[in-house]
Amino acid sequence: MHGAPVLSVRGLSKRYHTRAGERLVLDAIEMDVARGSFLCIVGPSGAGKTTLLRCMSGLLEPTDGAVLLDGERIDKPPDRLAVVFQDYSRSLMPWMSVERNVLLPLRAKGIPRAERLRLAREALGAVGLSGSGDHYPWQLSGGMQQRVAIARALAYQPEAMLMDEPFASVDAQTRADLEDLILGVREEFKMTIILVTHDIDEAVYLGDEVVVLGGAPTTVQERIQTGLGERRDQLTTKSRPEFTQTRGRILRLIRGDGCVQGNSAQGDGAQVRSDSQACA
Amino acid sequence: MARSAPAGGRLSGSRLTGDRLSGGRRSGGRRSGGRRSGGRRSAGRLGRRTGSVALELAVPAALLAAWWVLSAGSSSLYFPPLSSIVSSLWHVWLSADLRSDVLPSLEHLALGLLIAVVAGVAFGVVLGLAPVLADAVAPILEFLRAIPGVALLPAALLLLGIGPKMQVSLIAYGTIWPILLNTADGVRAVDPVIRDVARSYRIGTPDRLLRIVIPAASPQIVTGIRTALSIGITVIVFSEMVGSTNGIGYQILQAQRSFAVPQMWAGMVLLGLIGFLLNLAFREFEHVVLRWHRGMRATSR
Repeated sequence: MHGAPVLSVRGLSKRYHTRAGERLVLDAIEMDVARGSFLCIVGPSGAGKTTLLRCMSGLLEPTDGAVLLDGERIDKPPDRLAVVFQDYSRSLMPWMSVERNVLLPLRAKGIPRAERLRLAREALGAVGLSGSGDHYPWQLSGGMQQRVAIARALAYQPEAMLMDEPFASVDAQTRADLEDLILGVREEFKMTIILVTHDIDEAVYLGDEVVVLGGAPTTVQERIQTGLGERRDQLTTKSRPEFTQTRGRILRLIRGDGCVQGNSAQGDGAQVRSDSQACA
Repeated sequence: MARSAPAGGRLSGSRLTGDRLSGGRRSGGRRSGGRRSGGRRSAGRLGRRTGSVALELAVPAALLAAWWVLSAGSSSLYFPPLSSIVSSLWHVWLSADLRSDVLPSLEHLALGLLIAVVAGVAFGVVLGLAPVLADAVAPILEFLRAIPGVALLPAALLLLGIGPKMQVSLIAYGTIWPILLNTADGVRAVDPVIRDVARSYRIGTPDRLLRIVIPAASPQIVTGIRTALSIGITVIVFSEMVGSTNGIGYQILQAQRSFAVPQMWAGMVLLGLIGFLLNLAFREFEHVVLRWHRGMRATSR
């Protein structure tokens, strides 16, 4: 599954000008995303995860360094990447039906009409929304809206899908469902996926590899192979020793100290869902 | 409508930015999926609507009946019986004058408004997308907007003479401002996430404008057009009274000058009716065009 990287980040830095002066947010980030792999980027809130993803998608220009897609430098959003944004209620057009939302980007690609329809319906089918094409997004639940956004990305047929905290605004059960949905989609479409999250459990559960961000300015603290294999399951995977070990290791990295007890892990941004095994 | 700018609009969009986000982060589990139960609710609303329509009709009907009875024996020159007003409405305004005066007035109004909508939305979109330009021209726009359309009549008469060209120009000028300023406001308030989506999916300029920016700003645009509509009626009547040889305004003034008092009153009743019907038609238009907006707001509460 590992070959030439589809997406590479080379020495990427991002500096913002604020009233207090210049602030270096991201410092010399290096990253390679293998074709067909699932890479999760995890870090505390405020670490610049979204900034990094925006740079990787071509929406934001890095101050230094570069993002390479198949070896070519990205300077504007390429048509081989699709982004799923965090806030589904804002990223879908409320004046368009679900199907039209999925179709809209395909028009720009110059795909013939019949083919566009086929792609849109296939993508909606893949996320379990075959019957909802004529609904408006706001008629659907939050989880279903985010599925529409995922379908829009799938129909676009990108080489890689970039997801910015895609499940942060839905409830726990929906979140687990969407996590499994995205694992299924990944297998079905053989898609490269890069997912940003502040949820360590989510990162370990989904990723083949987890890139841990931290520090100020933010750098790559470590890259960890989860080694959990292809088949994953909310119950069994999360109780495997590899899972709890990896999770504890990431938590320690993010906290920047040794073992953490109790609920103190909350509130620092990066979270684990239950603290009992954080020190495993 | 919290999102819609007040009538007339303002150029500073910051006030509006983010309003649409209220209720943005809704939890997924709160609403069960699928279409919201439509059947019973819409039936109830229909019933209420029928009821309110009946009420809307009953009060004017009662007033008209009272007017009819009280004025029946009137011999006053200034306050003729309603029957003679209705008769002149029917036999003068809606017969002989229909083609020569009423329809031309409506035609000029429609043409002037059409120009104002097209130009107002076009310039409004440009200003909304280019905040620097908008800031640069804001004082000029505020100045031009402050001159009432009717005040330009002498200049318009001088430059364009008596006739439809002058009237249509004056209507377009008088009605463009609320449309332009509201459009600019609406475009400026388009959610940055939507802009990111459009950029990351490389949506081309025509699609971006027609399928994203203008629909997103449509609630404000519609508010602007509604304001423009009432300004337009004022401007058309006034321009006909002063600078025309036909039209509803011209005929009302003629009737007054020749002491055809029932005909004068009938002209005003006609204007009231036209305004009422235009408003009704516009409400229906709004109902269809902004269906998504109403639905979205209803579910995000």
